[in-house]
Amino acid sequence: MSPWRVAGRRFVRNRAAVAGAALVALLVLVAAVGPLCTGDPLAQPDPVRLQDRPPSGAHWLGTDPYSRDVLSRTVSAARVSLGIGVGAALLAVTLGTAVGLAAGVAGRRTDQLLMRGVDVAMALPRIFFLLAVFAVWEQAPPVAVALLIALTGWFQTSRIVRAEVLSLREADFVAAARALGVPEGRIARRHLLPHLAGPIIVSASLDVGNIILLEAGLSYLGLGIRPPTPTWGNMIMDGKDVLFSAPWVALAPGLALILTVVAFNLAGDGLRDALDPKARA
Amino acid sequence: MSAAALAPRTPLLEVRDLAVTFTGPGGVARAVDGVDLTVDEGETVGLVGESGCGKSVTALALLRLIEPPGHIAHGSSVRLEGRDLLALGTKEIRAVRGNHVALVFQEPLSALNPVRRVGAQIAEAIRAHEPVTRATARWRAVELLGTVGIPDAPRRASAYAHQLSGGMRQRVMLAMALACRPKLLLADEPTTALDVTIQAEILELLDGLQRRLGMAVLLITHNLGIVAERTRRVYVMYAGQIVEEAPTERLFAAPAHPYTEGLLAAVPRLDLRRERLRAIPGQVPPADAWPAGCRFHPRCPHAWERCRTELPPLLPVAEGRKARCWLVQEPDRRQA
Amino acid sequence: MLGYVARRLGFAVVSIAAVVVLTFLLVHLAPGEPMLGSADRRMVSPEVLARQRALFGLDRPLPVQFVRYAANLARGELGESFVLHRPVAAVIREALPNTLLLGAAALLLAVGLGLAVGVLQAARRHSLTDTLLGGATLALYSMPVFWLGLLLLLVFGEGLHWLPIGGMTDPAVHDLLPPLGRALDVARHLVLPAATLGLVQAAAFARFQRSALLESLGAEFVRAARARGLPERRVLLRHALRTALAPTLTLTGLSVPYFLAGSVLVESIFGWPGLGRVAYDAIFARDYNVIVATALIAGVLVALGNLLADVAVALADPRVRLDR
Repeated sequence: MSPWRVAGRRFVRNRAAVAGAALVALLVLVAAVGPLCTGDPLAQPDPVRLQDRPPSGAHWLGTDPYSRDVLSRTVSAARVSLGIGVGAALLAVTLGTAVGLAAGVAGRRTDQLLMRGVDVAMALPRIFFLLAVFAVWEQAPPVAVALLIALTGWFQTSRIVRAEVLSLREADFVAAARALGVPEGRIARRHLLPHLAGPIIVSASLDVGNIILLEAGLSYLGLGIRPPTPTWGNMIMDGKDVLFSAPWVALAPGLALILTVVAFNLAGDGLRDALDPKARA
Repeated sequence: MSAAALAPRTPLLEVRDLAVTFTGPGGVARAVDGVDLTVDEGETVGLVGESGCGKSVTALALLRLIEPPGHIAHGSSVRLEGRDLLALGTKEIRAVRGNHVALVFQEPLSALNPVRRVGAQIAEAIRAHEPVTRATARWRAVELLGTVGIPDAPRRASAYAHQLSGGMRQRVMLAMALACRPKLLLADEPTTALDVTIQAEILELLDGLQRRLGMAVLLITHNLGIVAERTRRVYVMYAGQIVEEAPTERLFAAPAHPYTEGLLAAVPRLDLRRERLRAIPGQVPPADAWPAGCRFHPRCPHAWERCRTELPPLLPVAEGRKARCWLVQEPDRRQA
Repeated sequence: MLGYVARRLGFAVVSIAAVVVLTFLLVHLAPGEPMLGSADRRMVSPEVLARQRALFGLDRPLPVQFVRYAANLARGELGESFVLHRPVAAVIREALPNTLLLGAAALLLAVGLGLAVGVLQAARRHSLTDTLLGGATLALYSMPVFWLGLLLLLVFGEGLHWLPIGGMTDPAVHDLLPPLGRALDVARHLVLPAATLGLVQAAAFARFQRSALLESLGAEFVRAARARGLPERRVLLRHALRTALAPTLTLTGLSVPYFLAGSVLVESIFGWPGLGRVAYDAIFARDYNVIVATALIAGVLVALGNLLADVAVALADPRVRLDR
């Protein structure tokens, strides 16, 4: 049985992991199709009388201070959050893998240089630079947000990949390929990369949750993606001013956030346990 | 002579029907399946087998160190000087571990705590069983290090495990095991992780200590060489069971079980002219899928119908000799 | 050991230098007038602008500007806040201790609670306690810290009226109280923000500690310790935990960035007059000098946090001292 089948079996046996994966699938579905079923997140049909209304038959999650339907906004925001979360994670992992691979196969000098750079970069406070950048860049599109988050978050992946590459480099099957005259680049692509898939997948899936929370923090501060485009973060920002009088405005997006991050964390943990040869207790 | 002197001595260790099962997603594996062992006071007994035969599990089971998903099966009995260790309470079994029976592990680097100094670990073992002060325990630890042949003992006691060489680490493990003067030492592959020259030193050391302390030793190993040199009796283990039991000399001179024959034949000989190494065909079966009948039959050159269907019990061959093989009853079935 | 510390110290210095360079670049790459950001030119008086120019040598070539910038930093000169009309250094000096107090309280809570829960979970693995605690830590860990703050504020502040809903002190009575009373007043106000910051990190620590400890418990030397007849509690604490402690210490040092980021969010929710709130206000007001100064301080704190963590790890795990 291939190691992938074995890992797949192990994943399926882990109930929490399956629950997480199912939840992720559900969320993706909601994000993709949901906005078609709920109303217009930007609509303000009755600015005066519909302000801060509690949950009712017409508005399942109530309305916000701008008289917009909280439910449709929450569902729409899923697209942004999930999109940025997954997108940035994929970007970060790609970058990290590229650098880690390069460092791993390169000579000592290049390797040391790259890793020193990574060490210093890791020591810098990511949040503050993102804050500073987005404070200046007022109308950043979601792609830019994802890109910048990715650019500041690939370091850990590069270290993991580099470590893996270093240990694989001396493996017998690599030496055999070299002895047969296979060029280095080909070795890297066809022999090393498949082995890296495991740690990379785990790194990426565990990253998604953190990135979603990071983006939420940024939009809560009014940076990144701004109203009226709903993100869960900026919805909470809208809700904090009416926290005592209309708590549902902030509660709904918050719960949505927790649910999403929990789902990705569960699935990510499950993937890690399934792909790790030393199955953790 | 008095009646007491004539009465049969209770063996130090008496194991009857020991079985250890592991429950996993693939099913139940009987890693140890009905093992009988005896060790007398002061005796050195060998337990031989390839990896995967269950010998290390046996050692752990003797001290009740098996954890879930492993369980010691009902009906097993492990008696130390008559007391059933499996029936003891938690506190009582702890009083036995390290105190009356000590276990030496195979890989000293992983068996020693990496973040604590070795002297402290030995002292801790002493204080766990004897009401002595910290200072006394430390002093005794240093003394023990000297006894096991570690030079400059007071300084080495403050060392960490990774600062010592492999041979010294093994000596530290021995010192820890002997700290409370146990009556029985379970040595699980005590020399496998060491170079050949160091191996000899450690075994000499073990010999000397044993004689001095009157300690019994159960030497668990796959190395037939050290078994031949150092033990008086041997048990051969295969697929979770004892397949042969004999005084060492007799075993090596004339093995009764085909597996033992195979093991001995596989040892490279420089004095005979042979071009190829003799290996036993086939592989050790996994613990969750023992073959039906005699567990060795798929690899045995003499196997016939009976072997495929009936599991042989340990049959007596001679005084103090037993073998789990139908050839004992039907010696003519032996292929040339 | 000393060599190791010296190396890590050197690394910290390099990190801080990198932060200085990066903030400088940030200032000069941003649109608009350097050190002014996109703040409305008309809102800032010409005198202030002139002072800025002179101080930072904004009409000189870039390398000279950098030297000026670095020299100013060394003197503690951080420019002037256009919004608060005060020297930035003074603003920082007032706010930083409050943030450090909040951070320390939160860290204590995080490490204490996290460690305790993690150990408990590992000791009772696969039991109901483990599952329940695991669920709780997962939920907390997946929660945005600002949302938790709002929730706690809603429940404990407004809903139950147990704790004050904002500020660091009760302005009505604080100055009238004796020193002990004043300390208690601050403490009362500290509870909610520290709990908000600390709980999420506590969950992270607990999760990590649980798996580190479980791995340690499975190690051969733990089994060897049991084989020597040591009592279970001693095996757990003195052997398994000691070894699992080192990675937790590293994690503590690495959590400084999270505490800093969290403080920006939490201090604004609870009106805690610390560096986070200063940064938050500055971001909204586009008070660029302040933003840059806080980024700098954050960088320094992170570098120090990493350094302390590295040293602590070397003390806890002797194998580390031999690295490279």
